[in-house]
Amino acid sequence: MEDCIQTIMDYGLRSQGVGERLLPRTDFTLCQQFTLIGSGMIWNIYFGICALIAGFFLATTLALGKTARSAWLRKPAEWFIFLFRGSPLFIQFFFAYFLFLSLKSVIPFFSPLTSAWLGALVVLFFNTSAYTAEIFYGALQSIPKGDTEAADAYGLQGWSRFRRVIWPTMLRLAWPAYTNEAIFLFHATTLVFFSGFPAKQQKGDALYYASYFADKTFNPFVPYPILAMYFIILTLIVISIFGAVNARLNRHLPQERRAKIKFRPQIIR
Amino acid sequence: MGLYWSFGTVLLLLAITAPVALAFGFGGASAARSNIAPLRWFGKSYIAIVRGIPDIAFFLFFVIALDQGLEYLRHKWKCPDWTDSIRQGNDFVVCTAAKLPLGNSPQWIHETYGFMLAVLTFSIVFGAFAANVLFGAMRAVPHGQLETAEAYGMTRRQTFWRVLVPQMWVFALPGLSNLWMVLIKATPLLFLLGVEDIVYWSRELGGTKTPRFTDYPHADWRMWYFFFLLVFYLCFTKVSELVLDRIMARLTHGQATAGGEAQRKAAA
Repeated sequence: MEDCIQTIMDYGLRSQGVGERLLPRTDFTLCQQFTLIGSGMIWNIYFGICALIAGFFLATTLALGKTARSAWLRKPAEWFIFLFRGSPLFIQFFFAYFLFLSLKSVIPFFSPLTSAWLGALVVLFFNTSAYTAEIFYGALQSIPKGDTEAADAYGLQGWSRFRRVIWPTMLRLAWPAYTNEAIFLFHATTLVFFSGFPAKQQKGDALYYASYFADKTFNPFVPYPILAMYFIILTLIVISIFGAVNARLNRHLPQERRAKIKFRPQIIR
Repeated sequence: MGLYWSFGTVLLLLAITAPVALAFGFGGASAARSNIAPLRWFGKSYIAIVRGIPDIAFFLFFVIALDQGLEYLRHKWKCPDWTDSIRQGNDFVVCTAAKLPLGNSPQWIHETYGFMLAVLTFSIVFGAFAANVLFGAMRAVPHGQLETAEAYGMTRRQTFWRVLVPQMWVFALPGLSNLWMVLIKATPLLFLLGVEDIVYWSRELGGTKTPRFTDYPHADWRMWYFFFLLVFYLCFTKVSELVLDRIMARLTHGQATAGGEAQRKAAA
């Protein structure tokens, strides 16, 4: 028990570069595996939350762009969405990393982009924006006609029409699918350190440490289930937060018309 | 040259994995519907487990786990008089006769074995997703159809094979085509499984030839190789989309679904 507290003190923030420099090499204890993999989860949560929040705004813009009548707005949005939804995230990571590398050699200003904390975040941000935009676009298409007609009848126009009628309805319709996208984004964050982005000084995410242990011990039956446990907990937290938002978005509706959130992730991207 | 072969590897993987995963999925879905409780639990947990956990964790896990599992079984069978324990600290030790592939076998066997492990892993993971789709499709078949079959005195087995299975495909197709897209996009993960696929070759060939010197024969071309891969996947996705749309249009023709109804109206 004493040992374990010491291990947590040493490795609890290892993924951020705080604490013991060397990773354990021999005599791996369960406690070490739990602590290090948990410490790696900080990265997954960081990537997930930042990409989700930033992606939300870009996705709204893109979805509106895709519904726009002018081809100058519509085409770029359509291409952006197709580009990021049509190709594997893994290849996107690789391509972006080498793109950033060559940018860096031309203009040194871009050097932070080659490290995972910013570069991978940018890729995840664009990727989740594209997927979310498609969801929002679908929701915009299925806004009941009565709602927009009512807004017109009240004389609402432009921004206030969007802000008070279109946007809330869009969110309400899109929310169950958006929840799955969020869960799925957290799963996708595990790819970061397996594509080009280097884990400097072995500051990696949860899967990075899990595979580190699996490589060292030749025993996949301990680290991967630990990782799975962490991710199931994370998924449950995400579902409960999004469920609360869903309840708020639907609070004006009678019970049985409310959209239920179903856990239905769309797997790999 | 390796780069061109590796495109073949990816296509071969898709060609083998798709039917095998479908078979696994079919097995899983029928197990989940079974009225024998352990079989049903097995089917349901197979579907449930794969969905809650990041997929690449599975890819990394299954390759080692399958490898060790196979070696363990062969070890039990070939060397019954082995006394030492298999897990010696951090090492996994089996007798040499049980090594897979055998230490003295040629290189291509090693490569094929790695590839087969990758195919099996993909099939297990995608089988679970397919099982999920097929399970949903089986439930979407109108219940009246099954009751009618029962009324005609068919046994459960007959009902399943003669009524449920032929009708479920229309309901399963949207899910399965989505799965096919996902499968295409999952192929670069082969790289993680140690198979020399297109990602591996792009890294190798695009990388600077002699990294120790500053003036390379050619500069860092990896960016362009990966750009090419990006375009390759985009085209592949687009083509599949078109083909699947066509299949869907043909299958919905004359069906009593919203899609079929829309087709009828468009023609009229």
